Amino acid sequence: MLGYDISWAAFNIIEVMSASKFTFKRIGYLAASQCFHEGTDVIMLTTNQIRKDLSSPNQYDTGVALTGLSCFVTPDLARDLANDIMTLMSHTKPYIRKKAVLIMYKVFLKYPESLRPAFPRLKEKLEDPDPGVQSAAVNVICELARRNPKNYLSLAPLFFKLMTSSTNNWVLIKIIKLFGALTPLEPRLGKKLIEPLTNLIHSTSAMSLLYECVNTVIAVLISLSSGMPNHSASIQLCVQKLRILIEDSDQNLKYLGLLAMSKILKTHPKSVQSHKDLILQCLDDKDESIRLRALDLLYGMVSKKNLMEIVKKLMIHVDKAEGTTYRDELLTKIIDICSQSNYQYITNFEWYISILVELTRLEGTRHGHLIAAQMLDVAIRVKAIRKFAVSQMAMLLDNAHLIASNTQRNGICEVLYAAAWICGEFSEHLEEANQTLEAMLRPKVTTLPGHIQAVYVQNMVKLYASILQQKEQSGEKEAAQEITQLMIERLPQFVQSADLEVQERASCILQLIKYIQKLQIKEVPVAEEVIALFAGELNPVAPKAQKKVPVPEGLDLDAWINEPPSDSESEDEKPKTIFHDEEQRPSRHKQPEIDEEELARRREARKQEQANNPFYIKSSPSPQKRYQDTPGVEHIPVVQIDLSVPLKVPGMPMSDQYVKLEEERRHKQKLEKDKKKKKQKKEKRGKHHRHNSLHTESEEDIAPAHHVDIITEEMPENALPSDEDDKDPNDPYKALDIDLDKPLADSEKLPVQRHRNAENLKSPDSEAPLAEKKSKKPKKKEKKHKEKERDKGKKKEKEKKVVEEEEEKKGEDLDFWLSTAPPPASTSQPQSEPEVSAAVVAEPEGVKKEEREEREEEEEEDEGKKSSKHKKKKHKKEKEEKSKDKKKSKKKHHHSEEEATESVQNGTLDDEPLPPMSSYRLLAENPYIKMTYDIQGNLQNDSQVTVSVIFENKSTSFLKSMELNVLDSLNTKMLRPEGSSVHDGIPVPFQLPPGISNEAQFVFTLQSIVMAQKLKGTLSFIVKNDEGSTHEKLDFKLHFSCASYLITTPCYSDAFAKLLESGDLHMSSIKVDGISISFQHLLAKICFHHHFSVVERVDSCASMYSRSIQGHHVCLLVKKGENSVSVDGKCSDSTLLSNLLDEMKETLSMC
Amino acid sequence: MISAILVFNNHGKPRLVRFYQRLAEEVQQQIIRETFHLVLKRDDHICNFLECSSLFGGPDYKLIYRHYATLYFVFCVDSSESELGILDLIQVFVETLDKCFENVCELDLIFHMDKVHYILQEVVIGGMVLETNMNEIVAQAEAQSKLEKTEGGLSAAPSRAVSAVKNINLPEIPRNINIGDINIKVPNRSQFV
Repeated sequence: MLGYDISWAAFNIIEVMSASKFTFKRIGYLAASQCFHEGTDVIMLTTNQIRKDLSSPNQYDTGVALTGLSCFVTPDLARDLANDIMTLMSHTKPYIRKKAVLIMYKVFLKYPESLRPAFPRLKEKLEDPDPGVQSAAVNVICELARRNPKNYLSLAPLFFKLMTSSTNNWVLIKIIKLFGALTPLEPRLGKKLIEPLTNLIHSTSAMSLLYECVNTVIAVLISLSSGMPNHSASIQLCVQKLRILIEDSDQNLKYLGLLAMSKILKTHPKSVQSHKDLILQCLDDKDESIRLRALDLLYGMVSKKNLMEIVKKLMIHVDKAEGTTYRDELLTKIIDICSQSNYQYITNFEWYISILVELTRLEGTRHGHLIAAQMLDVAIRVKAIRKFAVSQMAMLLDNAHLIASNTQRNGICEVLYAAAWICGEFSEHLEEANQTLEAMLRPKVTTLPGHIQAVYVQNMVKLYASILQQKEQSGEKEAAQEITQLMIERLPQFVQSADLEVQERASCILQLIKYIQKLQIKEVPVAEEVIALFAGELNPVAPKAQKKVPVPEGLDLDAWINEPPSDSESEDEKPKTIFHDEEQRPSRHKQPEIDEEELARRREARKQEQANNPFYIKSSPSPQKRYQDTPGVEHIPVVQIDLSVPLKVPGMPMSDQYVKLEEERRHKQKLEKDKKKKKQKKEKRGKHHRHNSLHTESEEDIAPAHHVDIITEEMPENALPSDEDDKDPNDPYKALDIDLDKPLADSEKLPVQRHRNAENLKSPDSEAPLAEKKSKKPKKKEKKHKEKERDKGKKKEKEKKVVEEEEEKKGEDLDFWLSTAPPPASTSQPQSEPEVSAAVVAEPEGVKKEEREEREEEEEEDEGKKSSKHKKKKHKKEKEEKSKDKKKSKKKHHHSEEEATESVQNGTLDDEPLPPMSSYRLLAENPYIKMTYDIQGNLQNDSQVTVSVIFENKSTSFLKSMELNVLDSLNTKMLRPEGSSVHDGIPVPFQLPPGISNEAQFVFTLQSIVMAQKLKGTLSFIVKNDEGSTHEKLDFKLHFSCASYLITTPCYSDAFAKLLESGDLHMSSIKVDGISISFQHLLAKICFHHHFSVVERVDSCASMYSRSIQGHHVCLLVKKGENSVSVDGKCSDSTLLSNLLDEMKETLSMC
Repeated sequence: MISAILVFNNHGKPRLVRFYQRLAEEVQQQIIRETFHLVLKRDDHICNFLECSSLFGGPDYKLIYRHYATLYFVFCVDSSESELGILDLIQVFVETLDKCFENVCELDLIFHMDKVHYILQEVVIGGMVLETNMNEIVAQAEAQSKLEKTEGGLSAAPSRAVSAVKNINLPEIPRNINIGDINIKVPNRSQFV
């Protein structure tokens, strides 16, 4: 908090969070939101507290909990609370609704499985009456869609509707941004959008909205093929509006305008280039961010025609710029601009080299290495420029003292590295090699950084070799010896260098030259041999080349080369021998170490190998010959260097001269071309008359000053063209890439709080080791609960299926909706159409049938198989439906498997299928409505139970204004909202169209739970049909059995034994005769209807356990004899026990 | 998404720090420091957006800030937020503060840090914009402080809580909490909107 670590107070924070007063609760949650995170271990203690606060009647308690949760939600919290938050999404207060909607996004991120079950409701919220909630839902969906846009295409019509109807700028901006993400996937959408967006651009006064509209229009235009002529108007509109933004005095608008402009630039550079003046103006802006944006724009705006001009402008800015960061930025931009797409826009490389040389005069730049890299790259790859480059580099070396004046903070001396290398490698182009060599041997050089000195030393020898050859050829033996003498005199200064690399090279070379001197004294010609040291040409290698070398077949990089030494071997022996050799691997730099003969031999071998290798690309027919008579020079088109360019005067910018020269040259070219054209015109007069006269100088017309062949960088043979720019596998948003249009499967539902809690909170015996239980928790899923949960899930499923169906229709709608755009584009459809239509045809029948079945049996299990078979017969002829049925039956198979594993976990090992069971009992029924109900103990409160009532509309009328009321007893009362009297009913939160069923939950409070209770109640509702509406009533009796106060709780046999031994339990027993069903079914029934769990089962004897909401332990021993069952019970309350046993007797006697 | 909201004064003292993604305290401090240095360099008449790819580890992030009298309000957002929209939001937030505190000044933020957070929670939660309507924000904030008043406020803290605070394991607290400018020159109380 405020930068201080307060994690030590985590537990105290939880204490404050659980305070009952809002004042403290709020502070607690605030502190938690500032310091809790996924690593906070106490966070797991908060789950129930948060759940309690979420369901608090006070909306601000809920709000505070939601806000807090948004900051520290963990995967565990997300899983446990997803269902609660989802319920809050339909809260009556918009304040809670909108918060809940926003939090759902955080939940999705941490628990992606929740996305699909929650999505239908999220979608509903898009049309919420409250604008705040709507905006929140838009916000969440936009955030989701931004990461995985393709899953949200089907929502486009809905958003389109919102866009045309909403007036909230926030919502509009979000939607428009979302469309920007969707259009690349569906070009037809873009066509549909263009019109309303242009309307918005024209009509809106809000700059933010205008800007976003322009942005999305740009995205649309990018997604459309640029050849569409009728969209040029839209581009013009965008560019115009952006110009207005850029010209605005508000710096923010200027900035954004430039930003958007750079997006247009990518696809429509022409329309932006006309605003070059404006952008160049922005370079003078006092705001650095704006200048940087303008620079970005310039990068895309250059062409062959204007490159020189733009760079000239930039060079002026470089000189003016104060602050090294901006100057460095300019420098990199200049280099980027020039070198982009393989020097595409450079027509005159001499100009470029002189620009680079000028850039070396920048003081204090960090980007010396960049300039150096460019120099090397250009010199190596553009052969024609080498001569010029070498002369320039020689000049740089001559003036090295200017560059390297203050080495410490000067990165620019890196260029000397390039200069030395270029002069050495291409020494055949040097005119005054002697002078350059002397410049390189100056004592001052020793102050340069080590790696540069190393290059100096290496290239000195190259220079020396070429001078030697030159002298020997011309017969100047004296001069040759002189130069050797010079080397021998000067080299020792490098031998004394502190840098190992320099020292090593220098001493090697010194010995070599001493040897040469000996030979020279004997008057043996040595030049040939010396020059052979550096024969061959170095080709540029692509930076990615190494990575792209394909692994040859049969090579397993993971295989051991040598078997790893066994562990038993002594430690000190093993690692050294393996890795020692590797470290000694000869590197390129150490070449001089190897003696001359060996070197020559190797070189020969390499040449041989290269000659035999068909894949080796030879840059010139015979590279080694070049050093002898330099034949290459003839066919390099040598440029006539205009004498007006003062090449040798350092310190004066020369690039300007080139600009002038270039202009003149172009002018000449143009004139020539015009002449030609005129001739042509005369010939073709009348035909292309107008066309030709309008034709201005286009890019292609500018012929480069010299024909440069830019050597491409070498790549290994059969390199893979793939890019390794795979997405980050750890991307948290990847998990949310979920298809939302698929119908929900049964297994997909949010975990309901109940069972988890049951295991969590109410462990039957406090002595039982807690840790052990926790570890086993997830495995132990009690069947009863599962089934109930599933029942519920199914009902939800039913509702959802309807929604899904609609959704599928919508999917189809999308195509329809999009296809209304004039020309139906032949691009990929968002969904494969035939499948969708088939599903839609097949669905209604299948679903209805299924629903009927479900209503009859309320259970799938093995029935699933039957029904699917059944269906198969029915639809045999219709192929499409058949395939669909297969899918269904698969699903069901899957279910029965699940069931089987469950029963095993439950302790019943038989494989027999269980009969269908439902915990929902009939409450009341009349011609209009049928009510079934189920009662569940409430875990958070020991005196509350939740009654879930399913209302099913049996009539053909519409049922609305349903209100449920009960006559409270002293013991049992219905929980009503604050402020309402005991006689008020509770409205059912939904209406029922014909044939639809839905479930509502009501909470009751109880004092004593030892006795069963009955409450009388009434449901009043309004029936609305064509003839009008009538008021109807339905009386019912709500039966609270004792079993409904029990909560299925797992118990381990040791804990169970201890409980029985403790001796403070009352005992009672019953015996029921005439039972025919199997023992397994019997146990299942008891588990299901009476909320027990099996502790242990031995043959036909089982011990069972359950616990009431008020903490009574109930233990049973069930024994099956011949046709009879005896149940011995032990419970901490005798009345409860006898009542429970009575109920059980009733259940069993029905078997 | 908004990934952080920072408010600091002209000297770089943080007054409100709210990160919507988990970062270690040292990193948070680093970000605040760097943000301050970035923002401080810029004078008032240049644009309010700053690219800060290095700060949050992604090229997607932007700093959007406004400067009022002695305070900088900085929002760090990714590309899903509209730049101008966020600028408006900062204005809304500051105006809301002004309404709730009546002529808000830096001292209000120091003495009622919790309140400022509560107001912020009505504007942005979990990095997403909750409400942009100022009246709605003020109404909700006031309703909650009213609720607090009916409970008697903090003065009615249970003795257990008081003792809990007293019994906090002291050796673990950083002892040299640098209060910094306890005797700051009172910032000009001029309303900063």
